Amino acid sequence: MDNLFNRKYIIQGLFIVVALILLGQLFYIQVASDRYFLSANSNVLRKKYTFPARGIILDRNNKVLVQNEPVYDLMVTPNLVKPFDTAALCKIIGIDMKGFHKRFNKARNQSRYQRSVFEKQLSVQTYAALQERLSRFVGFETQNRTVRHYPDSVAGQFFGYVKEVSEKDIEKSNGYFRPGDYIGKAGVERQYNDVLQGERGVENTIYNARNVPQGSYLNGKFDTLATSGETLVSSLDIRLQKLGEQLLHNKVGSIVAIEPSTGEVLAFVSSPTYDPNLMVGRQQGNNYMEIFGSPNRPFTVRPLSGYYSPGSSFKPLDDLIALQEGVIDPNTTFNCPGGYWAGNHLVRCEHVDGNISLRRGLARSCNTYACYVYQKLMTQSKYKSKIAAYDDWQAKVRKFGIGSKLDLDMPFERPGRLFTSEEYTKRFGKYWGYTTTISLAIGQGEMSATPLQMANIMAVIANRGYYIKPHLIKAIGEKKEVKKEYLVRNSVDIDVAHFEPVIDGMQDAVNAPYGTARDSALPDIIMCGKTGTVQNPHGKNHSVFIGFAPRDNPKIAIAVIVENAGYGSAYAAPIASYITETYLKGKLSGNRVDRAEWMKNQVVLPEVPKPKIPFLLKDTTGKTAAPGTAASGTPSTPGAADTKNLPIVPRPGATPAKPEIPVKKTTENKKLQITR
Amino acid sequence: MSTQQGGRFFFNVDWITILIYVALCTIGFVNIYASIYNPDTSTLFNFGSNYGKQLIFILTALVLGFSILLLDAKFFSVFSPIVYGITMLLLMAVLVVGRKVAGNQAWIPLGSFRLQPSELAKFGTALLVARYVGNFNPKFRDIKSIFFAGLIICFPLLLIMLQPDTGSALVFLAFMFPLYREGLSGYFLLIFLGMIVLFIADFLVPISILIPIIVLVGVFFAWQNKRKQKMMFSMIIATIVAVAYLFFVKLAYEKVLEPHQRTRIEIMLGLKTDPKGAGYNVIQSKIAIGSGQITGRGFLEGTQTKYGYVPEQSTDFIFSTIGEEWGFVGCSVVIGLYIFLLLRVINLAERQRSTFSRVYGYCVASIIFFHVFINIGMTIGIIPVIGIPLPFISYGGSSLWSFTVLLFIFLKLDSNRMGFI
Repeated sequence: MDNLFNRKYIIQGLFIVVALILLGQLFYIQVASDRYFLSANSNVLRKKYTFPARGIILDRNNKVLVQNEPVYDLMVTPNLVKPFDTAALCKIIGIDMKGFHKRFNKARNQSRYQRSVFEKQLSVQTYAALQERLSRFVGFETQNRTVRHYPDSVAGQFFGYVKEVSEKDIEKSNGYFRPGDYIGKAGVERQYNDVLQGERGVENTIYNARNVPQGSYLNGKFDTLATSGETLVSSLDIRLQKLGEQLLHNKVGSIVAIEPSTGEVLAFVSSPTYDPNLMVGRQQGNNYMEIFGSPNRPFTVRPLSGYYSPGSSFKPLDDLIALQEGVIDPNTTFNCPGGYWAGNHLVRCEHVDGNISLRRGLARSCNTYACYVYQKLMTQSKYKSKIAAYDDWQAKVRKFGIGSKLDLDMPFERPGRLFTSEEYTKRFGKYWGYTTTISLAIGQGEMSATPLQMANIMAVIANRGYYIKPHLIKAIGEKKEVKKEYLVRNSVDIDVAHFEPVIDGMQDAVNAPYGTARDSALPDIIMCGKTGTVQNPHGKNHSVFIGFAPRDNPKIAIAVIVENAGYGSAYAAPIASYITETYLKGKLSGNRVDRAEWMKNQVVLPEVPKPKIPFLLKDTTGKTAAPGTAASGTPSTPGAADTKNLPIVPRPGATPAKPEIPVKKTTENKKLQITR
Repeated sequence: MSTQQGGRFFFNVDWITILIYVALCTIGFVNIYASIYNPDTSTLFNFGSNYGKQLIFILTALVLGFSILLLDAKFFSVFSPIVYGITMLLLMAVLVVGRKVAGNQAWIPLGSFRLQPSELAKFGTALLVARYVGNFNPKFRDIKSIFFAGLIICFPLLLIMLQPDTGSALVFLAFMFPLYREGLSGYFLLIFLGMIVLFIADFLVPISILIPIIVLVGVFFAWQNKRKQKMMFSMIIATIVAVAYLFFVKLAYEKVLEPHQRTRIEIMLGLKTDPKGAGYNVIQSKIAIGSGQITGRGFLEGTQTKYGYVPEQSTDFIFSTIGEEWGFVGCSVVIGLYIFLLLRVINLAERQRSTFSRVYGYCVASIIFFHVFINIGMTIGIIPVIGIPLPFISYGGSSLWSFTVLLFIFLKLDSNRMGFI
């Protein structure tokens, strides 16, 4: 009996064990795991998003550059769809039956109960036609959104474009973005996406098990309205931008104009360009491929990623350093016999001027003068070695913004290029000196700068010694917020007094009868500038002009580059003068109107480069593609190719001494004076 | 009946058990209200709705319970064969006149209510099992007593299988516990447990691996008992039976079980997922319970409950409402109450002087235990879906009344424990 009595405990023990098993499983699904909690929410909650309008962008005079246009997405909730006249719907939105089934199946595979996009971005006209009969298409509804519209159809590279988010964007955003959201993919749209995109609105609706809506979740406690993005005030002057694009029409190159006192970019032209409206709407993908495949790479943002040797336009900068170092003064003269012998190489000048001083040297763009200045700088007695001399010099040059990013508010800026002494040692071995690097004196060789950097150098000279970080957006939002970094003056450590002699020379370059850009002199305005004719490995010389105006209290600093257009005075200087005059006077004077028109109609296109991706080959110009060449948007490849553009020839009869610089025959036969 | 006896009517009743009973009924009512609650329709109290009906059921159950306390304790022992006989007749009648609901012919329509004889059969059987053990005091060492007890239990079980209501039939296995308490060898429980383990193993492990394992285990135990010839012999027999069972189960599984039952078992074992079909109930129930987390979403705040995501929520899946709105805390309280009740009933049973009362007490505890274990286990996915109610909590008159009668008969017997039956 005792034995049987004990069985009570076995039975009670079993009850308790089973209860613990139940509690264990309950603990797992209720406390340890939140999987079920999340599943419960996704059971009942459906989020409906409303899309905000992107912020608009104004130009510096508050003219609207970008606005929003309504479009309509056709949405479908597959399980609500009842049999209807599919052909009618197809006809209205312009698809065929195959397309209809493809779209419908895609939506159904996504979810039967959740609505998804059937057809994107229907125009207002299509929407109007559709709206009349929408009641007959049960399960379909429209959702309005906005897309970008650029009324002036200019400044494509400045704006960039807006596109549906990719898988990668969604991943990167930690779940903020959802399929169907839009994001800026290039240009200002990308850089300022955070402020432009605004806040999505959300409506939480509860659904019951039969998928019937049961009203809003917690009385709309978590619902939000869409808020539009902030307005951006751009620094661009749309008049200048338009004029610039017209002047560079059918040419390859770029124009950057900066207001020196503020660092605000007035014009940001990259040519060839494209109509930003092509990158909007249902044809975006096709247009993208079209533009991508067209010659000279319209998507390349040349002002900040095009690498060009500054050429003679570098000379004022070098002279400023020399004045600051005290190795020359404004009256120092050097004898120019028509060239400069660097070791056994000759750097040629286009003219024979005899004794030449700073002012005339700049006005005439004398290579000999520039080389002597460089030689003086490199052979100062205070340096222990030539390497120390070079390092000190290049550090001073870098202060002007060459060789590092200027931090423009645009994606994909490139830093430019300036060799350090280590890089030279790596290339030439231990034995190199100023004769080896003499081409730097005239802005060639291992030095490239973007058009933005060149314009910025002009802003430095216009400001007599400092620059403010160039920027494209001057104010954000209703409060017109200005970033603090755009109020800071960045000094280049050159005394104010040294600028006047250099500016004298630049004034003469434009205004003196012997100046290189005399044909581009402006009536009533003293423009200071410097031409450059830049030899490059890609064909004919680039035409370069940098300058600022007026001389006193300058309002505009400008850099113009026209690729493969020859002399700086031929294309770049007149284009800069038209822009400058338009900006300062509001219009062109006298016969300059006609001359500007003539310029707009000029065609200066380099040979069409062979596209790197064969299937994109679209030879629209009919010219034959030159193998191995590319638009100058690409960086000059370091290495032997660079030596091609050294304006140096071996001393006749002399055996090549070290450093051995391979000079190709083709270069020898070329006209070698590269600047005037 | 003397006045002296009348004064003791409620004096000896175990009020603690009644308190737990009332608590469970109240929990049931509150959660049925929440299960049916719809924020859109009127919130006025409505006797036509299920929670209104449940209130009537609870009140009548209380009346029923207290009337049982007024009966003479001897009544139950004496009339147990008759009660058993009546319930058996009802079980047979339902096969003829019963109304088919959801595939089971389990209900006899009585006016606006439906009677479910299988619920009544539980206490009918409990009474007769208690009477049999009480009268003959068998120790279940011989085949004869096991056979008779088995007959009493299996007769209603088979009748219910014919409906076919496998869930209710399964509950009759609960009678193994009282028989075990009265002397039935523990091997029966072990064999039963072994059958379940082998059944599950049969699905999860390929038979080519399973059989060698069983043979190895059998040989090992036979070797251990090599000095006791009889034990060794029975070990070998057991091994052969186990292997035969494996094949038999496979066959029986295919032939005897209905397709929906097979699906439920396969879903529980994780061999099949069918979130939109057969697995829907369990998945939604688990989601509802799991979403309650520690403290629950609060009364009438359960979204899965309010918006009808769990089918059968006021009846068999009432525990999912508790889980969602009251969380782990609420679930623990409910399970705690049940365990307290079960242990209390067992303790009360052990203090009985008559064998009849003790056996009946064990029957009550075991039947409630089976219901609770199977029902809650089913809602949280550790037992295949078997449609049996949660005692005292699930919506339904038949179920509440039969559990009330079951429990209160025992309370009456207990209050009279000093008397002779």
